[in-house]
Amino acid sequence: MAIEVRVPTILRSYTGGAKIVEGAGDTLTALIDDLDAKHGGLKGRLITPEGNLHRFVNIYVNDEDVRFLGALDAKLNDGDSITILPAVAGGALGFAAAAALLGV
Amino acid sequence: MGTATVGVVNSHGNVNGVLTIDSAIVQAIVAHARRDHPDEACGVVAGPIGSDVPARHIPMDNAARSMTFYEFDSMEHLRVWREMDDRDEEPVVIYHSHTATEAFPSRTDISFAGEPNAHYLLVSTREPDSEEIRSFRIVDGVVTEEEVNIVDATVKA
Repeated sequence: MAIEVRVPTILRSYTGGAKIVEGAGDTLTALIDDLDAKHGGLKGRLITPEGNLHRFVNIYVNDEDVRFLGALDAKLNDGDSITILPAVAGGALGFAAAAALLGV
Repeated sequence: MGTATVGVVNSHGNVNGVLTIDSAIVQAIVAHARRDHPDEACGVVAGPIGSDVPARHIPMDNAARSMTFYEFDSMEHLRVWREMDDRDEEPVVIYHSHTATEAFPSRTDISFAGEPNAHYLLVSTREPDSEEIRSFRIVDGVVTEEEVNIVDATVKA
């Protein structure tokens, strides 16, 4: 099962510079495990040590944010297109307060 | 007597440590920041990939609608990034405002900075009649301030 994954600049050090890689899996968790097997270290940039989707990235299945599709449990199908974008966020708020607010 | 060869003078891209940006775009960014004050404003200036020329101003919604935090709406983010991709553009500038503090990246800004090729432009609107405008590279948690060179009429905003 082939799923196309678009990788942002900041994570291309894990994919040998590739902008698009292929993976497999019937859920987002399975896909990320598959990607991590081929591109070691990628998982740690997408999933927190507690096992949740990292707040610093947005992951989309086709045109939907995975947070609206069950996050890591999102179901994937052959031919789906996954886009990973680094979240664009920040501001004057202190980091501890922002982290608490966002559950980083 | 030797004659120096003058390089391409109409290109302002790829100069280390400088953000060169059109005054009309800076004015549009400042107007956006003023409009959203006291909430933080945020957005992007897209430009052709590899050009280092910020050419197309795209104000973004601050989904957090906060005086101390900004965040792109995730769906608008995807739409705008796809549009840039289709146009062979990249985010040359990512900007936001600080509305009560200086135009310097906070720890939060540094932690989230995920576009190593972008100029992070900060505008402070804490003074009612003047703006502080500063630009930074943020790569792997390291902040490097750069000069902001405001020029006239290179592009239409």
